[in-house]
Amino acid sequence: MSNLDGIIDEAKKLSLQITKENEEDRLMTLSVGPQHPGSGHFRFTIKVDGDYIVFVDPDPGYVHRGHEKMCEYRNHFQNIPHLERPVIHDSCNITYSYSLAVEDLVGITVPRRGQFLRALASELNRLSYTLYWLAIYGIFLGHSTMFMWPAGDRELLIDLLERMSGQRITNAYNIPGGARADIPYNFKERCLSQVNYFEKRLNEYDDIFYNNPLLRQRTEGVGILSKEDAIRLGVTGSVLRASGVPFDVRKVEPYDIYDELDFKVQYMKTCDSFARAYVPMLDMRESCHIIRQIIDKMPESGPVREKLQFNIKNPPGETYKRVESGRGALGYHLVGDGSPKPYRVKASVGSFRNLLALPFLLTGSKLGDMPAVYWSLNYWPVEADR
Amino acid sequence: MGSLTPDFRFGNFVGSVVWLVFVVLVLVTLLILPIIFFVLFYVPLPEVDGQVLTPYLFFSMMVDPSRTLPVIQFFMHLDIFRAAVFPGFAFAALIAAATIFVERKLLAKMQLRVGPLYAGKVEGIFQLLADGLKLLTKEIIVPSGADKPIFWLAPIAFVSTAAAVVALIPVASGWVVADVDVGLIAAFAILGFFPLIALLFSWASNSKYPFLGGLRALHQMIAFEIPFFLSAIPVVILSSSLNLSDIARSQTAFWNIFIMPINAFVFFISSLAELERIPFDLPEAESEIVAGWLTETSGMIYGLIQLGSYLKLYALAGLFVILFMGGWYGPQIFPQELIPGAHDSNLPLLQMLALDGLYNPVTVNSIFWFLIKTIVIIFLFLIIRGINPRIRIDILLHTGWYKLIVLTFINLFVVLMLIYGGVIGPGGMISAR
Repeated sequence: MSNLDGIIDEAKKLSLQITKENEEDRLMTLSVGPQHPGSGHFRFTIKVDGDYIVFVDPDPGYVHRGHEKMCEYRNHFQNIPHLERPVIHDSCNITYSYSLAVEDLVGITVPRRGQFLRALASELNRLSYTLYWLAIYGIFLGHSTMFMWPAGDRELLIDLLERMSGQRITNAYNIPGGARADIPYNFKERCLSQVNYFEKRLNEYDDIFYNNPLLRQRTEGVGILSKEDAIRLGVTGSVLRASGVPFDVRKVEPYDIYDELDFKVQYMKTCDSFARAYVPMLDMRESCHIIRQIIDKMPESGPVREKLQFNIKNPPGETYKRVESGRGALGYHLVGDGSPKPYRVKASVGSFRNLLALPFLLTGSKLGDMPAVYWSLNYWPVEADR
Repeated sequence: MGSLTPDFRFGNFVGSVVWLVFVVLVLVTLLILPIIFFVLFYVPLPEVDGQVLTPYLFFSMMVDPSRTLPVIQFFMHLDIFRAAVFPGFAFAALIAAATIFVERKLLAKMQLRVGPLYAGKVEGIFQLLADGLKLLTKEIIVPSGADKPIFWLAPIAFVSTAAAVVALIPVASGWVVADVDVGLIAAFAILGFFPLIALLFSWASNSKYPFLGGLRALHQMIAFEIPFFLSAIPVVILSSSLNLSDIARSQTAFWNIFIMPINAFVFFISSLAELERIPFDLPEAESEIVAGWLTETSGMIYGLIQLGSYLKLYALAGLFVILFMGGWYGPQIFPQELIPGAHDSNLPLLQMLALDGLYNPVTVNSIFWFLIKTIVIIFLFLIIRGINPRIRIDILLHTGWYKLIVLTFINLFVVLMLIYGGVIGPGGMISAR
């Protein structure tokens, strides 16, 4: 929190530079959220001087559910379904991180086929999450077609995940010890055909959305987060990569089978809102590439899961494992004390890190830039509140 | 299964039914029959062709088409008919309603959705009716601290102003509600009222987001009305008239859009901004200022403003057609007789259609072509919404002030050059006159 306070102080100083001290009266305080159509489950107060934003005060915490405390009263398998609730569209990545931490703490090796399946589920979920994010980015900029297309195409991936796990969105597929279930008959062919079709649709997104001159006018050169600022503020994921830092946990700290896969870390150097909107698009293409490799390299048969005791005891000790989620690095810090329940669980989520950049970017920009900057930060309010 | 109440008695039931029938019969004989009799035989109607009519005589004339025709013609040439039915409010409102429905279906098809589906048997055709009924039944919430008279008046003023623009649009030669000699200036003057209404309403609703929206509407008007006016100047120079019917009549040889495509483009873009449609829907940008100046609207106030904005859409599309696309002129496709051999028919309805005066092939043809062209322009307005995001206010102002005004002048000079070169204009090489 001290870091956030620092950012706010900085923003306050900047706002005082723009407006003279006695002119506070002509500022208008606007409340954006939690019932505003442009905020999500989140509120920030902005002060506008005409059309310019001079002060931003983020106020998260409307959907705080105390997940970390809830984890201390349940064992690992009971934790999985409620841990994925904050971002149900990206559930496999959240449970992936938790499972990796548990396996590291307890000392389990996951069967090779299970590792592939977990990576497959997490890539499919990353696609599904990014589409959902993109849909909302489209409607925030007033592009109604871009809201409907990704939201419709998400069905392709949700269908695959449903065949894998039996659930449409809250999959609970990645569990400590491996994947919860094997893939059904004929899954590989279907997966390949749907992913191939999906890649063609991505080109159409380029045509209707990213190459639209009005969108470019609106997002290019807006909300510039330089490389130094990005590193200083500690942002992660697509926001960091859009600022020219090729950081991807899958590449930097490969987990499971990611060191065997051939993929590039996509990043852009323009540092603006457009880059932050386009890097997830590049990531989606890369994810399609990864999915095809996983399907190709996956062992034909074998166990998918190391059978664990339900109340497996945690050895005393602690561990921290992170994965690359849809919103950046997502890590779980796990402390065991010899009982089946974790002594302490602490999640480090990408959303909260990216929130720190919001006051920094919005202060001094125009009110019309607010949706373009805010949602490009890849911030998911529910995950930040946990 | 049995759903009778425990104290049900069949005798009581029969008795109550008989009692009901008796009461109805008494009412009919004592009240309703005398009223009908009185209305039919004693209420005088307006004098038609020197005859004093009662409703009974009027209905009896329906049997004889030759006597019905003067009555229909009498009504059709009343000013109230033109203003209220055709080509005035009811006609425009029908087109507006159809536009709303087509827009929803068209956008749905573009976005791989289904759109309205359940209201009405065929493709949700009654969706609009259902929406209208819903809006009628909703409570109108007036914010505390609102300026009540203006809050209630503004939506009505919005619809009436839109209807006033519609009144200036001729759909065929002679078929216009108000045939004013300064029709074009009148249209622009009336269109200038809309941002004022938006600003008044936003001020009256005593809320921050509407206030910002109203200010944005005002900015947008000032930035886009000047190119809007300027883009019509070459049309006026060429037709040497401000009367909209005369402007349409001057385009019998060629459409203005071929001579001044840049101005037509500027007029189209400015109309989009005037209509507050995507990409220029900044006064209603929901992700920035909730719903802009419409934030505090509810129930039928919202419905009226929606109706007004779609009336405006029709009016501006019609204006575009009049100014740039030759108005109602098009190849004659309707035959001289609507139904061949109808004169010899025994059916009264067919005879009625065959009589002169009711079916005028030239007028019907004009209305047909005007409608076709207007619908094409409306479709263009609608498609823009599906493929564009919203633009930012500073880019909007920059577009209006720096780009569109310059573009209009380019085309103005081209037109003047052509007129002085003797290509177009009075006595020109390709002129009609």
